[in-house]
Amino acid sequence: MSETRESFTPLGRAGMAARVAQDIPAGWYVNLGIGIPTLVADHVPPEREVVLHSENGILGMGPAPEPHRENPWLINASTQRVTMRAGGSYVDHASSFAIVRGGHLDLCVLGGFQVAENGDLANWAQSTSGVGRQIGGAMDLAIGAQRVWVVMEHVTKDGRPRILKRCTYPLTAARCVSRIYTNLAVLDVTPAGLAVVGLVPGLSFEALQARTEARLQRG
Amino acid sequence: MIDKFVRSMAEAMNGIRDGSTVLMAGFGEVGAPHALLEGLIEQGATDLTIVVNSAGRVQKAGEPAQGIARLVELGRVRKVITSFLRSQSLAADAVGAGRMEAEVVPQGTLAERIRAAGAGVPAFFTPTGAGTLVAEGKEVRDYGGRPCVLELALPGDVALVESWAADRWGNLAYKDSGQNFNPIMAMAGQLTIVQTHHVCDLGQLSAKDIVTPGIFVDRVLHVAAGDPKLPR
Repeated sequence: MSETRESFTPLGRAGMAARVAQDIPAGWYVNLGIGIPTLVADHVPPEREVVLHSENGILGMGPAPEPHRENPWLINASTQRVTMRAGGSYVDHASSFAIVRGGHLDLCVLGGFQVAENGDLANWAQSTSGVGRQIGGAMDLAIGAQRVWVVMEHVTKDGRPRILKRCTYPLTAARCVSRIYTNLAVLDVTPAGLAVVGLVPGLSFEALQARTEARLQRG
Repeated sequence: MIDKFVRSMAEAMNGIRDGSTVLMAGFGEVGAPHALLEGLIEQGATDLTIVVNSAGRVQKAGEPAQGIARLVELGRVRKVITSFLRSQSLAADAVGAGRMEAEVVPQGTLAERIRAAGAGVPAFFTPTGAGTLVAEGKEVRDYGGRPCVLELALPGDVALVESWAADRWGNLAYKDSGQNFNPIMAMAGQLTIVQTHHVCDLGQLSAKDIVTPGIFVDRVLHVAAGDPKLPR
């Protein structure tokens, strides 16, 4: 690779969250997964009415409370204390997942280990043999929301691609992802393959392709 | 006169048999019936199947095991049915060592299986988990062009529930995100046992505030448990 002259800055976690938040319009009902997706809430301006769902039975979740106004009875899916917006409501767990599985959410933003070019998602285990299995609500969200966006680093810590021809880790759901936000690019999953919607400044299409196992299309 | 209040933990736990399936409510520390779980540990029933959203945290060296982890450590759990089995938890260690079975299921499927049990629905098909390890060994049918997995209702011999307020009919009200699994587990338990923060006179909880009607509840114990703590 002759990339030594290329100069670009990958987005950090907050930058990726802010990039996702730009694309969420007012009026959408949205579930944010654990990790970087949770940070997306901090980048949706309060005047834009986006209704956040939390799997433990909250619609209309607000930001983290000021330290002296914490409510120990109000937590999000990551068990962090949160707040409620005016208009918010509580439901039981079956109704909360009826919201998810019944197709009522406009969008779910999930973290990922791997995404395949056909939209397959792997985000809950890195082998089939490990004893630890942390499925949580991811499989329900992946099949139930109207749109599934994944936000993750473009490559692993040791530089291996996460955007693949086929996932090698156990699947969360097949053909569920419609858009991928990484620290380098935004990609749409289309019937013709992965289309590049945007790149961080200074990064070429070829350099992105070199970090991606799946074949990319110019957007 | 209907009076579902019991006066002691021993009375609350009376008759829970070895081999029971126990539904345990709560999400994080909120709405979790910790006192009843301690009571169950004291009561001594063994060979239990525990149904709980999370099978416990990472176990730190030198810290005493608590709650589910303590029950597992005592060798009293035959099987756990859960959506979260964390690596390095005592539950995951027991599964790895072959001392305990685990069935790890999607959280929405877990909730719906419990709801179905309470509603008299023996089984249902869902697209959740189709094409994944969760579908292994299960019947799959196409509905509306989507593969769907057959999932069975999940009734409990016992349900352990926490409410904010209760009256002597067993009517329950919850606080904020304290509902979570409590209303559906109350429905799905053959013997539903409740710990409640507050006791109300009959009529003090208004009909519109009651989330779980007393028809789903067998025993209520007053436990002033205090606010849920943050995870360590």
